[in-house]
Amino acid sequence: MDTRDTPEQAELRRSARRLAGDLGPPNVLGLDDAERSARLAAAARAAGWAQLRDDDGSGHPIAGGVEAGIVAEALGAHLADVPFLGPLLTADLGRRARAEASAVVAGYGPSLEGPAVVPAPATTEPIFAIDAAGEDLTAAWVLTPAGEGFRLGRVALPPVEDEGHGTDLTRSVRVVPAGARVEPVAGDRLLTGDDLARWTALGLALTSADLVGIMRGVLDVTVTYAAQRKQYGVAVGSFQAVQHLLAEARCLMEGSASVAQHATWAADELAPGEARTAGRVAKAYCVRAARTVCETAVQVHGGIGNTWECMVHVYMRRALLSSAWLGDDGLQLLELQGERLGAG
Amino acid sequence: MDYRDSPAEAEFRTRLRAWLVENDPGLPASSTDDAYWERQAEWHTALYDAGFFGLSWPSRFGGHDLPTVFDVILDEELAAAGAPPRPSLGYLVQGISTHGSEAIQDRFLPGLISGKERWCQGFSEPDAGSDLAALRTRATRDGDDWVIDGHKIWTSYSDVADWCLLLARTDPDVPKHKGISAFAISMDQPRIEQRPLKMINGITKEFGQVTFDGARVPAANMIGEPGEGWRVAMTIVSHEREPGELGYVARYAKTVRSLERTLRENPDAYRADQREAVAWSFVQAEMLRLHVCRRLSERLDGIDHGPGGSIDKLLMTWVEQSVGAASLSVSGPGAATSTDDEALKIYLYARAQSVMGGTSQIQKNIIASRILGLPTA
Repeated sequence: MDTRDTPEQAELRRSARRLAGDLGPPNVLGLDDAERSARLAAAARAAGWAQLRDDDGSGHPIAGGVEAGIVAEALGAHLADVPFLGPLLTADLGRRARAEASAVVAGYGPSLEGPAVVPAPATTEPIFAIDAAGEDLTAAWVLTPAGEGFRLGRVALPPVEDEGHGTDLTRSVRVVPAGARVEPVAGDRLLTGDDLARWTALGLALTSADLVGIMRGVLDVTVTYAAQRKQYGVAVGSFQAVQHLLAEARCLMEGSASVAQHATWAADELAPGEARTAGRVAKAYCVRAARTVCETAVQVHGGIGNTWECMVHVYMRRALLSSAWLGDDGLQLLELQGERLGAG
Repeated sequence: MDYRDSPAEAEFRTRLRAWLVENDPGLPASSTDDAYWERQAEWHTALYDAGFFGLSWPSRFGGHDLPTVFDVILDEELAAAGAPPRPSLGYLVQGISTHGSEAIQDRFLPGLISGKERWCQGFSEPDAGSDLAALRTRATRDGDDWVIDGHKIWTSYSDVADWCLLLARTDPDVPKHKGISAFAISMDQPRIEQRPLKMINGITKEFGQVTFDGARVPAANMIGEPGEGWRVAMTIVSHEREPGELGYVARYAKTVRSLERTLRENPDAYRADQREAVAWSFVQAEMLRLHVCRRLSERLDGIDHGPGGSIDKLLMTWVEQSVGAASLSVSGPGAATSTDDEALKIYLYARAQSVMGGTSQIQKNIIASRILGLPTA
């Protein structure tokens, strides 16, 4: 066992952090800086991040879950407003189904807990496409039950309207209303339970890695603020009451990094069920940790932390979406109970 | 990044697993009980004699010169077999090997590692707890000896210890952190008296208090230089805070497995909140196992975590107390009505984790100032 980064992984970590740090939004106003976000999108395209799980030509992904996790953490830490996990998970599903993943994005059911499963020719519930920015996207994938597994189906995405923000100000969510026709996807392969377990494992691991990044980023901002903001003539960060909140938050971030990193490795390297369990452990821990860390960040910022102009709520909002995406702590703990304690 | 066993690690794991099948010590796996403490020495000797203890320590002292990650395997297999954790001595080994002279290391490390000589740690005093540097135990030079007078408390294993790693004030005229020295003092002398302290869960075999009334220690048994005692103490407590050094991952995983078995055997008997408490304790124990994998891997680079041990200590504390809470929840009326209830003992024992080795509040102070770089008031 050696859980350290390889030299290549360490280099990827450095470059992803640098790029996201340079081109991510520097403040809330910066979210609306179209020139900056275009530069970030171009840099992400050039780095090929969202393609890391594409087919390398032999049916395998170009890079491992670990590499994708390294990028996810860097983007979360700097609130990078560029599509990454959405297209990457779509491509991973497409590779498993041997389906071309262009102009399409994976669709989730209304609970966001898993891919949308549609057993009929038309949808009866809305379909959610997460991290689905881009006018070029024309369809969302759903799963249609077929024998022992699932086949891919596609529903048309409505055109992008100027609908304002979703909860997460850095990643968009698009909704396909109920009643959409499900078209078959040509030439796809049946997705087995193992395929979906592995895909879920990857999604849980990467949303956890995003949460680790969010915690790292929001803590950096908050520790800096606590060291500068003065009350009673001294920095508020010199008070033990504040220090202890921040120390606890740092511990939660470190514990989260340990579980999330393992889950990104497990997604490729362990058996499908074990990989998914590792993902559930990571997600359960990281969701709870991120909730506390973000709440701490708002609290330590005091009044200003409750204003739109303060960056902290942008981290919190991103954490809310990453937490719900593929299921929050409550769902993961329920699933773990089923796996480990039998029926209740 | 690879969590899989290397061929050498896999071979070690197989050998250890086979040995554990044949060598079940029949000890309670949790150290929450007197029966465990009474026979802990036997377990230490058995592990050592079979070549499964002191894995990462130098072979010239009886260790095996293996990378620290082998301790992860040891902890995982001990937990899986339901065996007791390895003895928690790593921090004393670190203290002696970091600060002790060659002669001190040669004299003391082999016996400490093999378990042939048993040790306790004389740090805390009735008036020096979190403020350890306020300790008042006095060492006065008399010829080739130092004469020790004072009172130590929370001294684990003082009843069976042959040696004590003692902090005492050798110079009362300098600032408090600078006048302390560390000694290896023999417990086998008439001017040392030790009495057991009964803990809140009723056990009497772990904690003691020790009085030194003119006890003697040769000057050659000083660990480090005169006045180096505070640094010796900081080396020891920083390692005492690391779950990878303590081997507690095995203890927690074992308790979680036992809780899971209880619920699986009788699924209809437990409420949703009890099921969730057990699932959460599984998540916590897994977190700590994986965190230790990461920390011990980082040590392959020779990274010394220093204040990072305080982060690990808090994580470990939260895990132990989550496991304790789950035990209490699952036991329900059992813990509320019988003082012999195993879950009650686990729960009560877990309270000490946020105090020993530096309270959680002290750990947070350390993290705030030395890791987060926050200003002091």
